[in-house]
Amino acid sequence: MSRGRDAATLMAVGLIGLAVAFSLPHLVEVFVLVELTAYIVFAMLALSLALVWGYAGILCFGQSIFFGIGGYAYTLGVMNIGESTLPVALGIALPMLFAAVLGYFLFYGRVSDIYLGVITLCVSLIAYNLINSLSGTEYKIGSVPIGGHNGIPGVPVVNMPGDSSRTFGFEEVFTLSLILLVAVYIGLRALLASQFGKVVVAIRENELRAELLGYDARAYKLVVFVIGAAIAGLAGVLFVNWGSFIGPTVFSIFFSAQIIIWIMVGGLGTLAGAIAGAVFIQWLSTWLGTNKIIDPNIVLGVIFIVLVLLVPKGLQPMLVERFKRRRRSETRSDTRSETNSRLGVP
Amino acid sequence: MDFATVVFIQVMYAVATLALISVGLAIIFGMMRVINFAHGEFLMLGGYAVVLPVQAGVNLWVAMLIIAPITVGLFGVIIERLIIRPLYGRIVETVLATWGLSLLMIGLASAWIGFYQAGAAPPFGSVQIGSYREGLYTFFVIGVTALILAGVYGFLRHTRFGLIALGTMQNPAMAAALGVNVSRVYAVTFGLGAALSGLAGAILAPISGVLPVIGITYIAKAFITVISGGATVLAGTIAASALFGTVSQLVTYLSTVIIGEVALLAVAIVLLRLLPEGITGRFSRGGL
Repeated sequence: MSRGRDAATLMAVGLIGLAVAFSLPHLVEVFVLVELTAYIVFAMLALSLALVWGYAGILCFGQSIFFGIGGYAYTLGVMNIGESTLPVALGIALPMLFAAVLGYFLFYGRVSDIYLGVITLCVSLIAYNLINSLSGTEYKIGSVPIGGHNGIPGVPVVNMPGDSSRTFGFEEVFTLSLILLVAVYIGLRALLASQFGKVVVAIRENELRAELLGYDARAYKLVVFVIGAAIAGLAGVLFVNWGSFIGPTVFSIFFSAQIIIWIMVGGLGTLAGAIAGAVFIQWLSTWLGTNKIIDPNIVLGVIFIVLVLLVPKGLQPMLVERFKRRRRSETRSDTRSETNSRLGVP
Repeated sequence: MDFATVVFIQVMYAVATLALISVGLAIIFGMMRVINFAHGEFLMLGGYAVVLPVQAGVNLWVAMLIIAPITVGLFGVIIERLIIRPLYGRIVETVLATWGLSLLMIGLASAWIGFYQAGAAPPFGSVQIGSYREGLYTFFVIGVTALILAGVYGFLRHTRFGLIALGTMQNPAMAAALGVNVSRVYAVTFGLGAALSGLAGAILAPISGVLPVIGITYIAKAFITVISGGATVLAGTIAASALFGTVSQLVTYLSTVIIGEVALLAVAIVLLRLLPEGITGRFSRGGL
């Protein structure tokens, strides 16, 4: 695809996104908007892992750490300060800082990919245990108790920057979330099309070769890791705004597994696929949860195993491939191309 | 003085538990390069394999030392055949598939057995050390762990199957050329690792109780221990357990159990920055 057509597609995505973000609140009920906002939040979280795992090849099994840190940073900030501008910034900056420190040890220690996955998961598990245990009233940051396994309910929603009396309603949170999701998507596409993005993909393909060409793979991976943490942190902030609640389950192994499954369903190395995967799996588990047919753990586990054993590339690439194959076989029925291919003529 | 003795016993106990929950994982990972994310659930299964028979009237020792390892070992052989074998050599896919298995086992256990803490009373009484009391079961756990580690070493070093297994892990193609049934060796090794995990889960069940999600409390510590241990399966696991057990138990004394866990993780991450191949990675390869 040419660069011009790419830019045109992105612009179209942006315009459609804006149109939906502003018009939908007038068209559907609040209940639907709230539900859609949840999908948007999860889609953004999926995008962060799609970048880190799908494009940079960094096997981060604990992307929920950054989501959780973002959510908790916003919550504790906004409940202490009362105005949401700085807390939102904190919700993005603290995950980035944590990712920079953790990433420094992991990438500069040259921990190999699979160990990195295991260690990031362990970090999220221990964060889960840590937050879970801080339920006593003596554990507080500023004036706000951390709440332990009970979580923190009644978190204030974001307000207009500078005017803390003008808080957002459900419609505005939806609009804000969708605009941010579209912005993140376009931003990531631009990042991946840039020189930086190409080096990142080159490092994923062959780290040694990229280093021999003079690129410091460790630094590139660290930067991508930190960007991914920023996006996940932003998703965490929006998550708190969606439900006015944060609890330690955002760090749980179940939550981390979900993010991986979204990416696997959508396919590695696609951004749109990650969004589709997140929306589909969330829809499925919500549906199963409300109908109480079967324990969602069982369903996720089976999906996981089946995907790995039967559809290792993910659903979206598999469908695309099948579609291409069918098109190829249709063109091949054209006799001349068939003869040509038999003769080895392109 | 009494306090020092109690602290020493507690540190020994922490080291022993770490080694105990890690040894099955260390065999499966260290020898076969298979990362089994369902390891915590193997421990959970071992716990249920002792608690449920005991509730049905079976003798505690029979359930703990015979039923649990055999059940989980057989389960491991079946899992190896169904899930692990198609994925040999593809580490990432194995991790994801066993992660799925882990979720599935948690789901099945909550659906069938229910989400309550099942337990069996720890046997033996307790002993008086100055003004402190220490359960005798603590000493039992330390002793059994030492026996298990010695047993695994002896089995791999001094029996025919152990040597064949070690050789197969070093060079499967050569082993196959010499007439070894490689896939059978893999299956038995995986089963052995699973059986040891089951035994570990069973030994810890009287202390910690069993829940469908109990595996999650073990798995992070077990993985950190095995990864930090490095290439040499047994020596690495023992060294890492000794280091992390001491650190986390001492920090636990100063603050809480959870802060002890956080300290364990922090030490491990700094350690991996200094020794990326683990504690034993630099010194010896292909040893035990």
